[in-house]
Amino acid sequence: MNEFEEDEEIVIWHLCLYIAGRTTKSVDAISNLKKLCEEYLQGRYNIEIIDLLEQPHFAESEQIVATPTLIRKLPEPIRKIIGDLSNKEKVLLGLEIKPIEK
Amino acid sequence: MAEITTNLLSQLEKCPTGIVGFDEISGGGLPLGRTCLLSGYAGTGKSLFGIEFIVHGIEQFGDHGVFVSFEESPHELATNVASLGFDLKEHQAQGRLKILQVELPNIMVETGEYDLKALFIRLNFAVQAVGAKRVVLDGIENLFSAFSDLSILRTEFRRLVNWLKEQNLTAIITTERGRYELSRHGLEEYIADCVIALDLRIERQLATRRIRIVKYRGSAHGGDEYPFVLDSTGFVVMPITSAGLFYEVSNEKVTSGIESLDELLAGGYYRGSSILVSGTSGTGKSSIAAHMTNASCRDGKRTLYVAMEESPQQIERNMRSIGINLAQWREAGLLLFHATRPTANGLEKHLASITNIITQFKPDVVVIDPISAFDVGVNEETVKLMLIRIVDLFKNKGITVIFNSLTVGGDAEERTSVGLSSLVDVWLLLRNFEFGGERNRALYVCKARGIAHSNQVREFILSDSGIRLENIILDEKGNILTGSARILRETQIVGAETIQKSDIQRRADAIKKKRELLEAQIAIMRAEFEDKELAIEAELERERLRIQATGVALNELANRRNLATIEKPL
Repeated sequence: MNEFEEDEEIVIWHLCLYIAGRTTKSVDAISNLKKLCEEYLQGRYNIEIIDLLEQPHFAESEQIVATPTLIRKLPEPIRKIIGDLSNKEKVLLGLEIKPIEK
Repeated sequence: MAEITTNLLSQLEKCPTGIVGFDEISGGGLPLGRTCLLSGYAGTGKSLFGIEFIVHGIEQFGDHGVFVSFEESPHELATNVASLGFDLKEHQAQGRLKILQVELPNIMVETGEYDLKALFIRLNFAVQAVGAKRVVLDGIENLFSAFSDLSILRTEFRRLVNWLKEQNLTAIITTERGRYELSRHGLEEYIADCVIALDLRIERQLATRRIRIVKYRGSAHGGDEYPFVLDSTGFVVMPITSAGLFYEVSNEKVTSGIESLDELLAGGYYRGSSILVSGTSGTGKSSIAAHMTNASCRDGKRTLYVAMEESPQQIERNMRSIGINLAQWREAGLLLFHATRPTANGLEKHLASITNIITQFKPDVVVIDPISAFDVGVNEETVKLMLIRIVDLFKNKGITVIFNSLTVGGDAEERTSVGLSSLVDVWLLLRNFEFGGERNRALYVCKARGIAHSNQVREFILSDSGIRLENIILDEKGNILTGSARILRETQIVGAETIQKSDIQRRADAIKKKRELLEAQIAIMRAEFEDKELAIEAELERERLRIQATGVALNELANRRNLATIEKPL
């Protein structure tokens, strides 16, 4: 188990959060994401926040339908989840983050 | 369009789809600036309707468009419609069209509150990019199956419809039909303005597609189901009964191509009338149609010949035998043959292809030979409805049409295959007469609306110089004589006439001779009289001379006596 965690530490997580303006949902999603990353991916993640109202072409190129959408670009394969990230279990499941053993 | 709205304030402004037939049944197209729901089972032609709406918008009305597909990729779409002559790639390259493909994962992990703003952003981005006036969202049900929170979806769908309206976009949203309702998610509740349903039914192994305008707020529309087909040119909604009976009628006559038939019809058919030629096999129906074809082509009119049983080559060869050269008109581009097997297509497909050809070729005359071929495999009521539609179509376009109808042996001759006779303006009935070991043809004008037509049966003679109609000859019992019997009878009549004629001649001659004799006698009498006159005159002359002579003698005597008196002195 120890061995496994060491392997994971090598990877830097790259997460893109796509929002549409500074709405309640956007703000919630940003804070939920930051909280979650600090808890599970401390020191090995970076977050990019893209407002589609400002950069609409990303919506097309990334095939985004719903906002907020979070895309795990790295590690591969790409994972895509939607919503304000308030349901932690679903976020962990969707991003395939292993919960830390208690 | 502006005129319509000023004239009728209650009338919605329309956005023409350019889809053959649809704009007629919808009174001009879709509601302008509104959203329309198009519902139908898989394979009913929803996507094609949408594509055509966009492409015709670009090509015919100068409206740019956005097509959002929730199923197919832009490449798939382009390939699917390339056979219809739609070049989606070119329109995209020229900035007239934007195709968005919305890829949806099978399972969307939903971690909390969300909305579909990203979709609106994409849509808006595309609309702005091409300056779109028309939008199609194809296969919206896929969006609903991708997300699990239907209440969010409904809210977002409502927002989408509102947004489209605010942007003043004329939009079609297509959706798969649910088992019991028009759409799986009850979307029709949110679309207030216009709902259209497509349907596909199989009857006697023939697929029949139908379109119905379920709801169209603020606009009159045909409420019936209209058959439509997807053919080589795309979506074709059948010609319409709702076109009604308000077409222009013409007083102009057109020739039937047969002089003696024109005489029967007091100059010919009316232009734009429909003519039914019925008869059993081999009565000369095609020949009558060929004469009309020939005559109209000769006048420079375009003619469409729909051949349902014979190939064009065969028709041309056969008509050459009665002295009609159809090939020359085909080569001159005035005559178009449309040969098709009745069994090869469903009824709607046939009529759609005819409709299409008419739209493109714009004929003045159409021949359908024979219309009875439509009977194959479909129930009679359907056929009749279709025929009403097609008769209306021709009438509206002012096309003169000849329907040939085959009467099956044993049927009453007056019975046309699909009760067409009540629809047409002129009905020529061809029949065979069997008499004296021969079968001969006869023609009767059963019906000719608005034409003082002859009530006489005519013998119909097919010769190497075409059709000739002859007055009928009756025998002593009043039976119609045709063929050899007719010729025999004619000879008898001619013989009797000859005898009669020589009798008259002889009597005339006798009178003449009598007159000559009389005149001779008069001449003799005159001569005798003149002779007597001369004799009398001669006698009178003699008498006069004698009197004169006597006078002279007396004078001389007197003179002499006087002289004697003078000589003798007294």
